[in-house]
Amino acid sequence: MLSRIAESMFWIGRYVERAEDTSRILDVQMQMMVEDPTVDIDAGVLTLLSVMGARIPDDGKPLSLTGTFNRMAFDGSEVTSIASAIGGARESARRARETLSTEMWEVINSTFRHMSSGRFRTMRLPDAFKWVRERAAVINGTADATMSRDEGWQFLVLGRSLERADMTARLVATSALTPGPNSAWPVTLRACGAYQSFLRAYRGQETDREAAEYLLLDRLFPRSVVHALTRAEQCLANLEASGQRVGFQDEAQRLLGRTRAELEYRSIGDIVTDLPGEMERLQRTCASASDAVTQRYFAHAVAMTWQGGAAR
Amino acid sequence: MELFEDYQPGRRGAYDEMFQDGRLRGPYQGLARSFAEVTGPEVRARAEALAASYLEQGVTFDIGGEERAFPLDIMPRVIEQDAWNTIDRGVQQRVRTLELFLDDVYDAGRVFDDEVVPRRVVTTSSHFHRVAAGIESPNGVRVHVAGIDLIRDDNGDFRVLEDNVRVPSGVSYVMTNRRAISAALSEAFASHRIRPVQSYPRKLLAALRASAPAGVDDPTVVVLTPGVFNGAYFEHALLARTMGIELVEGRDLVCRRGRVMMRTTSGLEQVHVIYRRVDDEFLDPVHFRADSMLGCPGLMNAARAGNVTIANAVGNGVADDKLVYTYLPDLIRYYLDEEPILANVDTWRCGEPDHREEVLDRLDELVLKPVDGSGGKGIVIGPDASRAELDELRAKVVADPRAWIAQPVVQLSTVPTLIDGRMRPRHVDLRPFAVNDGSKVWVLPGGLTRVALPEGELIVNSSRGGGSKDTWVMAGGRVSAPSAAAPPVATVDLHSPPPETGPALESRFAQQEQQQQQRAQHRSPRAAGAAGAAGEVPTC
Repeated sequence: MLSRIAESMFWIGRYVERAEDTSRILDVQMQMMVEDPTVDIDAGVLTLLSVMGARIPDDGKPLSLTGTFNRMAFDGSEVTSIASAIGGARESARRARETLSTEMWEVINSTFRHMSSGRFRTMRLPDAFKWVRERAAVINGTADATMSRDEGWQFLVLGRSLERADMTARLVATSALTPGPNSAWPVTLRACGAYQSFLRAYRGQETDREAAEYLLLDRLFPRSVVHALTRAEQCLANLEASGQRVGFQDEAQRLLGRTRAELEYRSIGDIVTDLPGEMERLQRTCASASDAVTQRYFAHAVAMTWQGGAAR
Repeated sequence: MELFEDYQPGRRGAYDEMFQDGRLRGPYQGLARSFAEVTGPEVRARAEALAASYLEQGVTFDIGGEERAFPLDIMPRVIEQDAWNTIDRGVQQRVRTLELFLDDVYDAGRVFDDEVVPRRVVTTSSHFHRVAAGIESPNGVRVHVAGIDLIRDDNGDFRVLEDNVRVPSGVSYVMTNRRAISAALSEAFASHRIRPVQSYPRKLLAALRASAPAGVDDPTVVVLTPGVFNGAYFEHALLARTMGIELVEGRDLVCRRGRVMMRTTSGLEQVHVIYRRVDDEFLDPVHFRADSMLGCPGLMNAARAGNVTIANAVGNGVADDKLVYTYLPDLIRYYLDEEPILANVDTWRCGEPDHREEVLDRLDELVLKPVDGSGGKGIVIGPDASRAELDELRAKVVADPRAWIAQPVVQLSTVPTLIDGRMRPRHVDLRPFAVNDGSKVWVLPGGLTRVALPEGELIVNSSRGGGSKDTWVMAGGRVSAPSAAAPPVATVDLHSPPPETGPALESRFAQQEQQQQQRAQHRSPRAAGAAGAAGEVPTC
């Protein structure tokens, strides 16, 4: 498979997942800020922006709630916005159009078309978030139903899993940092769609530590960090053509495996003492793993399109 | 304020909660401002979206076998802090009294000996179950969940219309209404400080766990539903889901050696607490209706053996009987030695000869209610009834006076409600929900406001075409400054790396940048040489 195509697949997976996770995060954060009278909105907005890695406007003006959410949803010039993520997914898909199944291309393209048609902008925010989640499900479902499980598929799932681990880590960091008397964990669990499965797993006794444990370590829940990392490792192992007898040759696999093992074999009490720090390390691991994948598999593609960090 | 044109509050002397002599009342000022900022068509569009989203979510109610979206009005109802404090205390007082009364009725019966309530009032009630005598839950709670129906009279005072301590329903709509309205009116929400309602399932689960049989550390709690054909099935499912516990039907349960077990894929598993949404009569065919398929044979024996707690307790119906209701103020004084905080609506008991005489004389100006009825069934409103209906009623009352009570026509308060695109006054009541965990009675801030949608209609039950409103209990001004305990800005200790971007987006942003730079006629050498910089490894 061409490196360039592989890279496109990898980024389709990442961008679609990013669009979905961003909409999930924004949706519940907005509900929380609107519904809970004890939430300090200004601090909440700042935390949200910094956790998403978004730029914080430095014009000194206070951040408005709706303004910020609108920007994070609709603004194509904001790198972390949903609009950007969908744009990125479509751009990537365009570069791999001949290898993508027609259906796959169509669902990605029509999502992008709808979004840039202006109708998306006029949607009310909660509806827009829901729509994005549904479109992500359609894209993922179409991929699942129409793509052969070849290398391309492995890259797609690899990208999705890496992004998911990264986003869940960001979410966990938000709830560890959210100020205010009420625990932010129910909100975080809801953002991951994990609230009900968590309640069932822990028989309705929610404590902060258990919520963190669930989102980080649960092996069955698809959005937990450990689940996502395991999935990414599997993809990397599948991509490795020959069986490995000794250790792991692939740098990305080594990075992910080490981080996962560290999460799983350390006591949860140890991890939660510095949750934001841990999550930050985790995000950096994901970034390094992504770089390692790029180095190893997509080297040519980088040489052809990389713009030397001009976007930053 | 196009929406409020021609709004005529306070007809027939009813208390309008938003307007007083054409002026806004205090609690509604914020809301009126928010509505003024949105155009009429926009509000109507949002109201339509609300109904559509309820159908989609399956927030429905079953009327005569037809599944309909539970009507939710876009205009919330606001209850000011002071009024709410009174309700809160009043409901707690009431629930504590009902608990003591039930304990007494199914035990020594002090209340009869002291002649506060005649024994026959209780023993003639069809909800009095001798089999429930002597069954006591480990923490002494019988009324785990109560719904106290309140109305607001002509003077704006809240009064109790009815107590529900059997299986009060409607709390799920409180939660779904809040979520739906917060999405539909997010501007208004952000400018109010509304006490949240989402903690209800947690409180309920804690109360249910607290009532588990002694010695069980980690009790298994289940919700027992009559099944998918029940009108309130949506609520049963929502409660089970939000509490993270199993929703069982009678056929999932089986009693073995005085224990209740549920059939699971890994064999039988013991159940310790059953939050049942099945009426007493259907709960256990051994003791009650033998043809019931909804319950589980042997349940009562298991409860008597102390191996399972049934919540709410069996036999609670004697306490929310409309006849016992009339004695509640006396019962509050008798058990708690307190004055009632929330007054009853004046009531005549047709079972007492002098009361009956007065009622029969004034049949055309009173409201008559069957003692055993619920859901607004059988209620006759005198002034609205025809000659024939009144004659029929008279015959019924004379034949069985114990079965009837009479009340003056109380004009329920009105709140603006969106009807055919305009705000119109419609009558509302309020059902706050209370959860008793044995140490404290907790009242959910808000509760279910039901609204009668036809003009002038006073019966609000959803089975009679009533709708609902989101109910906001205010908690004062919104906090804007961070509290001293919390770190002022969280960014200090957070250094999340920005998300990486792939080649597609990189080049898109680079392209944008280049275009901007071209436009500015100001091409920096670095951007011009972007292609030359290829191969640089990104630093994240």
